[in-house]
Amino acid sequence: MTAKDNHENSPPRTAPIQSATFSNPVNAEIRRAAATGIYDIRGGGAKRSVPHFDDLLFLGASISRYPLEGYRERCETKVTLGTRFAKNPIELDIPITIAGMSFGALSGHAKEALGRGASAVGTSTTTGDGGMTPEERSHSTKLVYQYLPSRYGMNPDDLRKADAIEIVVGQGAKPGGGGMLLGQKISDRVAEMRNLPKGIDQRSACRHPDWTGPDDLEIKILELREITGWEKPIYVKIGGTRPYYDVALAVKAGADVVVLDGMQGGTAATQDVFIENVGLPTLACIRPAVQALQDLGMHREVQLVVSGGIRNGADVAKAMALGADAVAIGTAALIALGDNDPKWEAEYQKLGTTAGAYDDWHEGQDPAGITTQDPELQSRLDPVDAGRRLRNYLNVMALEAQTIARACGHNNLRNLEPEDLCALTMEAAAMARVPLAGTAWWPGKDGANF
Amino acid sequence: MQTYDLEANGLRDLNAALHAQNTETNQTRWEVINPRGSHAIAVGIDAPIEVNVMGSTGYYCAGMNKLATVHVHGSAGPGVAENMISGTVMIDGDASQYAGATGHGGTLVIKGNASSRCGISMKGIDIVVHGNVGHMSAFMGQSGNLVVCGDAGDALGDSLYEARLFVRGSVKSLGADCVEKEMRPEHIEVLRDLLARGECDAKPEEFKRYGSARQLYSFKIDNAY
Repeated sequence: MTAKDNHENSPPRTAPIQSATFSNPVNAEIRRAAATGIYDIRGGGAKRSVPHFDDLLFLGASISRYPLEGYRERCETKVTLGTRFAKNPIELDIPITIAGMSFGALSGHAKEALGRGASAVGTSTTTGDGGMTPEERSHSTKLVYQYLPSRYGMNPDDLRKADAIEIVVGQGAKPGGGGMLLGQKISDRVAEMRNLPKGIDQRSACRHPDWTGPDDLEIKILELREITGWEKPIYVKIGGTRPYYDVALAVKAGADVVVLDGMQGGTAATQDVFIENVGLPTLACIRPAVQALQDLGMHREVQLVVSGGIRNGADVAKAMALGADAVAIGTAALIALGDNDPKWEAEYQKLGTTAGAYDDWHEGQDPAGITTQDPELQSRLDPVDAGRRLRNYLNVMALEAQTIARACGHNNLRNLEPEDLCALTMEAAAMARVPLAGTAWWPGKDGANF
Repeated sequence: MQTYDLEANGLRDLNAALHAQNTETNQTRWEVINPRGSHAIAVGIDAPIEVNVMGSTGYYCAGMNKLATVHVHGSAGPGVAENMISGTVMIDGDASQYAGATGHGGTLVIKGNASSRCGISMKGIDIVVHGNVGHMSAFMGQSGNLVVCGDAGDALGDSLYEARLFVRGSVKSLGADCVEKEMRPEHIEVLRDLLARGECDAKPEEFKRYGSARQLYSFKIDNAY
């Protein structure tokens, strides 16, 4: 009897079935946790699938709407942020800004490249935890200075050099959580800027040290305005959790601009369990935030900047159609610089990962030279070339958003509106409060239960 | 002496006038009358001037101070001298929460008591408190010195980095990773200087020193068990 005969004569067997609950990645994580006794730390934002801008479509012009001519007719992209109280609002040529990312988490070359790319298209960059570097200031024509719980490097001179101040209450990847910069990335310069010993793992606080609630925040904003002579726009950045109430409280506290970051927004490092399980998808945040602004009569008076998973001009247009005044990008900007580029695949493999999935940014071994303080790795990133790539990418995003706006009959990106959209899924329809495709209905419309 | 009536003339003009001073100014002495608990008095000064606030203040008096000497002839609300860079801030009465929070330098003297979180996240400031401090004082303190001539509340020095804490009285409890340390001669000398700058006649030998055990410096596991 041959082996073949034996197989053919054996009774039929149930094919092996992988559990949807205990999938291979889940089991691998269980084994990793069992082996190490510590939770997984990584960078980036939520990787799980959540309702997103891909679940929305634009309707485009037809008989009832009159389109504008392709790339020829004017379609305005400029936006002004900080018009409520600041003497010197920020005027951006495109409504796409660069989100806060620290020197420390990123290399000096990467920060320079962000400044070069953003400045070339007339938009702003943002500092991060650790303070402002002279290089960053010199390469960013419009620079937003983050005011974070850690106050690493915070000083009044840099506050006055900034074009705007962003009080960070939270971020989408980890609302309610602090940050961490592991010792591998604490160079002499990073240590000096943060006033901490070199090589130790640095904790960034999860809450501000000198205010605890919205009433205090109002006084904190007063203090910052007094120190800077009421010149600078003051942003308040929140992670997407309770967008209606948080936006309302930020407005009440006196914010000029609210920055709202959904769970797809990235972080330099935090627990994977936090990134994947805390906070709201960006899509679910925008309409409640806009509702809060409208209820207070502050929509467009206080500008709304949305971030978290913005990838292309369609995402920009969709966020603006839902009521945002501008968007911010972080992860996408790093990819434009060269993050996770397949040309480094061999090195990603050595690190046990692959291009597109590399997220151990906190370990400081980034083959692309972006999320590292290692001099050799940093030198791989040419800030001029990388800045040019970011410039190109930002230009493409703006052109794409204009293309869609013109097709919907708008001569200004901010004229995009929810009526330009429909949703492909019930979830997206409910979150975006736009009709399910082919219907005039969405879950919860007119206050109906669903 | 420049006298400024805060109630009559408002906060904005006061801070604008103080910001207009520089190292060459001859308007080196200022008196602020009728503060009446206003917030953000004398914030962001960047000149070697003396400002006397004739009464109690609200939040963030002398916030982000550089070079100036600010003397509050009363008590101070939350966040006095927050993020101070240099200079001296003197409080005749008590100070509310977060006194000297995140201060990078300079000297803060509180002649009464300080409430909770005194010196939270301090980054080089020296703080001398004649009375007691509340709970969570020097939380995540990075560097600088906190001197407490009275007692300290719960969780002193929780998650401390390299700040040095000197307490003459009792400590209700120490926070995570904060331990009592040997008081060596060099610490006595440092403390003697701090007490002199703080106009305090206590003897340095009466104090105990507390600092970080440095067990949280390398992230290994959550400390929440």
